[in-house]
Amino acid sequence: MRFEKKDILDINSLDSQEISLILDTAQGMKEISQRPVKKVPTLRGKTIVLFFHEPSTRTKLSFDTAAKRLSADSISISKSSSSIVKGETLIDTAKNLEAMKPDVIVLRHPSSGAPHLIAKRVKCSVINAGDGIHAHPSQALLDIMSVRENKGKIDGLNISIIGDIAHSRVARSDITGFSKMGAKVTICAPETMIPMGIENLGCTIAPDMETCVEGADVIMMLRIQKERQGNILFPTEREYAALYGLNRARLGLAKKDAIIMHPGPMNRGVEISSDIADSEGSIILEQVTNGVALRMALFYLVAGGSRHADSD
Amino acid sequence: MQIRIKGARVLDPGNIDGPRDIIIEDEYIKAVVNPDENLTDTNVNVIDAKGMIVVPGLIDIHVHLREPGHEYKETLETGLKAAAAGGFTAVCSMPNTLPVNDNSQVTGFIINQAEKLGFSKVFPAGAITQGSKGQALAEIYDMKKAGIVAVTDDGLPVENTNMMRHALEYCNGLDMPVFVHAEDHTLVDGGAMNEGPFATFWGIKGIPNAAETIMVVRDIALSELTGAHVHFCHISTRESVEAIRQAKERGANITCETAPHYFTLTDEDVKDYDTNFKMNPPLRSENDRQAIIKGLCDDTIDLIASDHAPHSVLEKDVEFDRATFGILGLETSLPLSLRLVHDGFLSMEELIVKMSKKPAKIIGLNNDIIPGNIADLTIINPEYLYKIDSDTFKSKSRNTPFSGMSVKGCADVTFVNGQVVYQRR
Repeated sequence: MRFEKKDILDINSLDSQEISLILDTAQGMKEISQRPVKKVPTLRGKTIVLFFHEPSTRTKLSFDTAAKRLSADSISISKSSSSIVKGETLIDTAKNLEAMKPDVIVLRHPSSGAPHLIAKRVKCSVINAGDGIHAHPSQALLDIMSVRENKGKIDGLNISIIGDIAHSRVARSDITGFSKMGAKVTICAPETMIPMGIENLGCTIAPDMETCVEGADVIMMLRIQKERQGNILFPTEREYAALYGLNRARLGLAKKDAIIMHPGPMNRGVEISSDIADSEGSIILEQVTNGVALRMALFYLVAGGSRHADSD
Repeated sequence: MQIRIKGARVLDPGNIDGPRDIIIEDEYIKAVVNPDENLTDTNVNVIDAKGMIVVPGLIDIHVHLREPGHEYKETLETGLKAAAAGGFTAVCSMPNTLPVNDNSQVTGFIINQAEKLGFSKVFPAGAITQGSKGQALAEIYDMKKAGIVAVTDDGLPVENTNMMRHALEYCNGLDMPVFVHAEDHTLVDGGAMNEGPFATFWGIKGIPNAAETIMVVRDIALSELTGAHVHFCHISTRESVEAIRQAKERGANITCETAPHYFTLTDEDVKDYDTNFKMNPPLRSENDRQAIIKGLCDDTIDLIASDHAPHSVLEKDVEFDRATFGILGLETSLPLSLRLVHDGFLSMEELIVKMSKKPAKIIGLNNDIIPGNIADLTIINPEYLYKIDSDTFKSKSRNTPFSGMSVKGCADVTFVNGQVVYQRR
């Protein structure tokens, strides 16, 4: 199978075969990071622009590392160092970047749909590194990869996602992706954090945390964005932890071999108790490791890969 | 020189419906005659209107003409040409210009400019409060003398309920209708499309129906408290329709309008972050769309106005949440509204009430087709099949979701003061 997509904009626009191809490719890339010399020449001479309009450490570093391990030249620009602060529109900035002939633009942007807007205007590939509250496809793909690695499959698994679904692009992409691959996704949060019609993406809403995690194969905790939401959506972290925090008692309701995930950064003691974050069921750091491999796969598939099968 | 509009069905609801010829002399309707009468006059310019319907000039009481201040989006010239092309002989311009139309100088400027241009007429709406800031009453009487026909803080509804109460009392004394853009800004909270499954799917923050309905209910209560005439602009939700229906049954002094997009499209049509589908209030659900049509049918919704809101690519060719709300309306309102007739929801007569007679009544005009009245008339071709093409618009902007849509019916000729200001052929 060839990967034909120019852009990676969201999970919804990928079918399950494309997702499998990405995961298989990423699995192959993972070995590169374990070599003493962690670099292959696959994307030598390719230029990748990391255009981050929002603060990001993990995702940006992960994309950057992925680019470098494939020998691509990566260039980083942020909002403050771009002409956006001088009043340039996103489309103009993107077209100017394109004029320098990059092969891939990786965009993170606070507006939902921003990558879709520029993908229509530029010939190079666009990878969405998170747009508003819409999508974070590379995160969802690395999550699916991590679960598949641990469980050997996705189909038929019970996946529980707990936390601020309404403001989470990770949640939207994970719900879409896991359900597309055959898992049964259950979500739980205060009603202030459950957006209208989220079930249509492929999940059911549990009435409480206990119901949500009962029989789960995978428990994914989302970050509570306390810096953004004041106390309109929940009164205190203490009360949030009491209702929705993952602790030993709740974990006991899940399957014995349940794995615990978190897209990071964690609020220890709020959505997840500290000992569970470090427990043997936790694959939180594997997610980070897989993130690099997954992003290498994305670069390979859009910028080299099957379009230039002889370049490796 | 006379003009004789010949061979048409003349439809002036409550007055005439049948084959008549209309004779125009100077700016007036000179006579309305049977088709075989007075055929001997010479020096008559005959306009063949066979198969057409002649109606009292259509009036759109909710448009943004952008001048003064935002001439790059629309000018009085392009906006009033667009009005003429849409079959509208008159429009009410909203006061959110720069400067705001909150004083008689701005009102006078708009009216004088429009008169000089000689296309469709403009009847400005003035601001309720100074700068539409909701803090202090504007000089409404002074603006009334200069020519305003209504007041509104459109887009920036008066949030302070006590301020609104006093505004209504003051306007009641001046016999000035108050147009209400019903929106609770705290509930909108940065939303950009209708709250619901589609907003969730696209990751766009939603605007709940209640953001509109809460203010509709508040201002119904204030109208009933003060007796003032409140006219609700661009109603979009089923709950608003129901609240207005009940208030009208109680005898409240309220009227309301909707815009063609609310009975034509729903939030399911918002796709791929196309900002031409972004307006305020937003496109609602199918249930709401049905309720709007029902409200039009049972006369809960008095009239149709387009909320013509020209914006340039600077505001529209951007990220969805950063794009400005609003779409064009003047050149699509009639064909979209005619769909209600073609689909059997309204009779042609009922539609003309909603697009001409009722708007005229609200702004205090008499546009009956009778001898001696000003000849502001629209000839409608109800059968003409075509595709809407924004490239042909007279408006300066292109922000419409309707380009490419197949429609039936359009304005064929528009007369203002007895002059042809638009002719399709």
